[in-house]
Amino acid sequence: MGNIKVKIDNIEVEVKRGSTIYQAAKQVGIDIPVLCYMNLNHMQIENRPGGCRICVVEVEGRRNLAPSCSTECTDGMVVKTKSIRVLNARKTVLELILSDHPPKCLVCSSSGKCDLQELAQRFGIREVHMVENAEVSTYRKDASPALNRDMDKCIMCRRCETVCNDVQTVGALSAVNRGFMSVVAPAFEQDLTDSPCTFCGQCVAVCPTGALTPYDDTPMIIRALADPTKTVIVQTAPAVRAALGEEFGMNPGTLVTGKMVAALRSLGFDKVFDTDFAADLTIMEEGAELLDRITKYVNGDKDVKLPILTSCCPAWVNFFEVYFPDMLDVPSTARSPQQMFGSIAKTYYADILGVKREDLVVVSIMPCLAKKYECQRDEFKVNGNPDVDYSISTRELASLIKSANINFDKLEDEEFDLPMGESTGAGVIFGVTGGVIEAAVRTAYEVFTGNKLNRINFEELRGLAGIRTATIYFGETPIHIGIAHQLGNARKLLNGIREGRYNFHAIEIMACPGGCIGGAGQPLHHGDSSVIKARYDAIYKEDAGKSIRKSHENPYIIKLYEDFLGKPLGEKSHHLLHTHYFDKHKI
Amino acid sequence: MAQYKMHLLVCGGTGCRASQSEKVVENLNSEIKKQGLENDAQVVTTGCFGFCEKGPIVKIIPDNTFYTQVTPEDCAEIVSEHVLKGRRVHRLLYEDPETQKHIEDSKHMGFYQKQIRIALRNCGFIDPENIDEYIARDGYAALGKVLTEMTPSEAIDLLKKSGLRGRGGGGFPTGLKWEIAASNKSDVKYVVCNADEGDPGAFMDRSILEGDSHSIIEAMAINGYCIGAQYGLVYIRAEYPLAIKRLQTAIAQAKEYGLLGENILGTNFSFDIELKYGAGAFVCGEETALIHSMEGLRGEPTVKPPFPAEKGYLGKPTNVNNVETFANIPVIFLKGAEWFASIGTEKSKGTKVFALAGKINNVGLIEVPMGITLREVIFEIGGGIKDGKKFKAVQTGGPSGGCLTEKHLDTPIDFDNLLAAGSMMGSGGMIVMDEDDCMVSIAKFYLEFTVEESCGKCAPCRVGNKRLHELLEKICNGKGTEDDLEHLKNLSNVIKDTSLCGLGQTSPNPVLSTLEHFQDEYLAHVRERICAAGSCKALKLYTIIADKCTGCTACTRACPVAAITGEKRQPHIIDVDKCIRCGACYDKCKFSAIYVQ
Repeated sequence: MGNIKVKIDNIEVEVKRGSTIYQAAKQVGIDIPVLCYMNLNHMQIENRPGGCRICVVEVEGRRNLAPSCSTECTDGMVVKTKSIRVLNARKTVLELILSDHPPKCLVCSSSGKCDLQELAQRFGIREVHMVENAEVSTYRKDASPALNRDMDKCIMCRRCETVCNDVQTVGALSAVNRGFMSVVAPAFEQDLTDSPCTFCGQCVAVCPTGALTPYDDTPMIIRALADPTKTVIVQTAPAVRAALGEEFGMNPGTLVTGKMVAALRSLGFDKVFDTDFAADLTIMEEGAELLDRITKYVNGDKDVKLPILTSCCPAWVNFFEVYFPDMLDVPSTARSPQQMFGSIAKTYYADILGVKREDLVVVSIMPCLAKKYECQRDEFKVNGNPDVDYSISTRELASLIKSANINFDKLEDEEFDLPMGESTGAGVIFGVTGGVIEAAVRTAYEVFTGNKLNRINFEELRGLAGIRTATIYFGETPIHIGIAHQLGNARKLLNGIREGRYNFHAIEIMACPGGCIGGAGQPLHHGDSSVIKARYDAIYKEDAGKSIRKSHENPYIIKLYEDFLGKPLGEKSHHLLHTHYFDKHKI
Repeated sequence: MAQYKMHLLVCGGTGCRASQSEKVVENLNSEIKKQGLENDAQVVTTGCFGFCEKGPIVKIIPDNTFYTQVTPEDCAEIVSEHVLKGRRVHRLLYEDPETQKHIEDSKHMGFYQKQIRIALRNCGFIDPENIDEYIARDGYAALGKVLTEMTPSEAIDLLKKSGLRGRGGGGFPTGLKWEIAASNKSDVKYVVCNADEGDPGAFMDRSILEGDSHSIIEAMAINGYCIGAQYGLVYIRAEYPLAIKRLQTAIAQAKEYGLLGENILGTNFSFDIELKYGAGAFVCGEETALIHSMEGLRGEPTVKPPFPAEKGYLGKPTNVNNVETFANIPVIFLKGAEWFASIGTEKSKGTKVFALAGKINNVGLIEVPMGITLREVIFEIGGGIKDGKKFKAVQTGGPSGGCLTEKHLDTPIDFDNLLAAGSMMGSGGMIVMDEDDCMVSIAKFYLEFTVEESCGKCAPCRVGNKRLHELLEKICNGKGTEDDLEHLKNLSNVIKDTSLCGLGQTSPNPVLSTLEHFQDEYLAHVRERICAAGSCKALKLYTIIADKCTGCTACTRACPVAAITGEKRQPHIIDVDKCIRCGACYDKCKFSAIYVQ
């Protein structure tokens, strides 16, 4: 191996063998423009199809220009990144791409966040020199409950394809058609809803333009807030508070819980609640289920299904319904916190308020796009009325706050409403990979052993590695735990279980990188893993600052069981807090 | 075994079969039987003779009689006259277009005189479905020699010395390619034969596979031995059914003879060949795209390096060569590197097969030594331009090549000269154009092909070629400006400079070469709105010659857009801006008063 020397724009640089020209240039502060290139270094995934040709450079002795993102340096290589030949080529290629892109930036939901727009500004494009009325490739629009595809805006960077296939192994998206009509789409250009898509939305998170965008219910929420006959309540997921600030220029990892509550109240929500409360409730049910299965197993019941799999992540639920329909009895039947919240809100809380179910509107603020799909699932509706009416993302909440003339930075911190605003540290850590299982362990340990925990932090369950394993002793009993985030890692674990290679008691899975903090509804991190890390730290900081850190100690949860539910896994819980899964395999 | 006095070779290539050559074989056989000549004459279905213009071809040996355009009805006469009585059927002999004389011995035909047939050596000579006939022509002797007398590195050295360069288009030195593949260590390696012939009008690979499939099998096995590969794959277009059938037959025969499979010829070397079918995408001729297509992925290229020699089929070192390249290999090993290197020019050794097409008298497949001039090919072998018209240009290298003109006629043809002249060897398509061809339209035609065939992966090829085509269309429609010509040039250069694979890197060649050599024609289109060749409909100018117009008003009534006005019995006038150049007035006018420019 060893190092090699290259000369870029007359600057000598020593780089590791195998480095690309793009990387070498970066090393000496030369910022070569890129478009299709994407480096998700925390996932060890690089997208460099060499397709956009924006990053081309001149290499001495080479006939044509070289794509710097995918051309390796060779010893003694001489590179020019800003010769007139290069600049003209880049500008011409960008004009070509723009000539096949709708010029409607002003009304595009990605305006201001669009890589193509940014390049056009950077290159100073003022006119696209093409034939008048040049043909533009157009495609059928595709709307799903979670995300919209407007492929007229697709530039064939293939980032979504890489994420969908290489990272998530969902295989819903790939390039179809040829030549000018090439586009990324589900097979046979079918709708996303007919494809194996899990609505994880990670494709949306990496789309450089407005081709893939979230489905947005904000207008419906505004209408509900303005309707005097409706009581509108909102729940906010744990990961939102660790990222929302970024949309207002704050550093990643800035916790804005109090400002967020204040903003929501100012927007006119009648009650501002916390999904963390429902996360505590989830632990009561899922933890009880885990203990039930483990106890049976320890007592020699061979039919008991182990490991138990978490079921909070809706993209993960979709994934196993499509790809592992033979294992539908393995995951926990506990509904996700979003749905537990909705279900309790429209029964228990509606009764407290004396409001009819139809007049209570439940809104959720989620870091997630799959939640939009989840709340539309038929099994979460009563007579057609959904438990959660609308789910919007962190980014959409930011837009809503901005459009309501709220000066977010200046807001004074406020507290969540009660009873469903009270939560423990266990509920907070649902937002990160490993957090759900740690929360479950905190409760299950105490219930199983009857002893108080000496330590609350389970460092062995934490971290950002894609697949992690740990063994926790419940007294004398070892509990083997597996954790995976990103669906590709989940598939590896599941395959291992299906083949009988693993011996876990419990497995936690989250579809997005880092868990919900890296959800597709969060502010875009552009592949910068330090952003994920900062949000991760913020979540644990919030947990550490909580006075109560175990779900079963949440006084309002205790009260909920006393007043309404009875006991975990009881009759009422069964109806309101548990669900079942469907075989949705496609091929 | 019967000792035949006479062999009747009937072309069984796709072209001749389309004009009933199978029926010719059937009739010849039944006539021979009827006359009781079964022990004297044998009918052999062979591969292509190359002289497709005049098919079906029947060649009789030993006297080299060359019958053209033979119909099933001619067979009785051929047998009763030629086979029985030894008298040639003169009306079926090839007639020289210049002297109008029938040529008795095919050696004297202009079409064959300057050809040297190495890759096509067995095409039109042996029955491709009979391994014994191939073996009788020293078939598999080269494989035997390499396996038993040479080490892989000796064999590669010999190939390097021969100077053979890839015949698929790029002209990369074959020996070097093998050496690189051999140097990459791996348990599993692959040899791939690229039979995804895609240039419009080119059919040499198909002809070789149809006429001499064993030579490809032999060469691939030699290749396998040299680089340490155990498996061979032929990536062949599914729309070549005859070639597929013959290849399958040949593979089965070779296995039966122990020339493929385990321990070939008693050595430790084992090699097997499998066919992979392509769906006919032009871009799948590019080796990385071809490999992806074989792997079941989308047929699109990836950035090189890594080259297939390092990371190819299923990630293993893979050597990809084209059919014609392989066809040269066995002969080189039998006759030696020096012999091969003695043919051709300094940097381009051996011969090249070209598919002659367009406005030329002898359309067909020819094999000529490198260094031959375009003049020799077009006017001697090709028999000159059809209908006595004037030569204007020749497009070499298919859609990736460029147009060469009068001034290039005496340039010796080889890889480097063609490149220097702004064209390329490509796979050997050669399309001849005459004075009636509009060069802007020709460029547009090729771009139409590239737009269709672009895989869509990289922006310059996906969008750029589309825009080039739109610009050319605009010019052909009489809406072009001089700025458009500048734009055309810049766009072409950028597409060449930035495209990912060979397709986009060469697709603007037809535009650039015509812009260079026929600038006046482009200028006439944009400045004067004139298409001298008269092929751009929108540029036709209809005017009424006042002296001839009688004012009969027939044209006025015929005009669908009311562009013609005038008083009765007075000369009429066409409003050029309104005219849509439909020609209705021209057809209606009985007095030849309408003039078309």
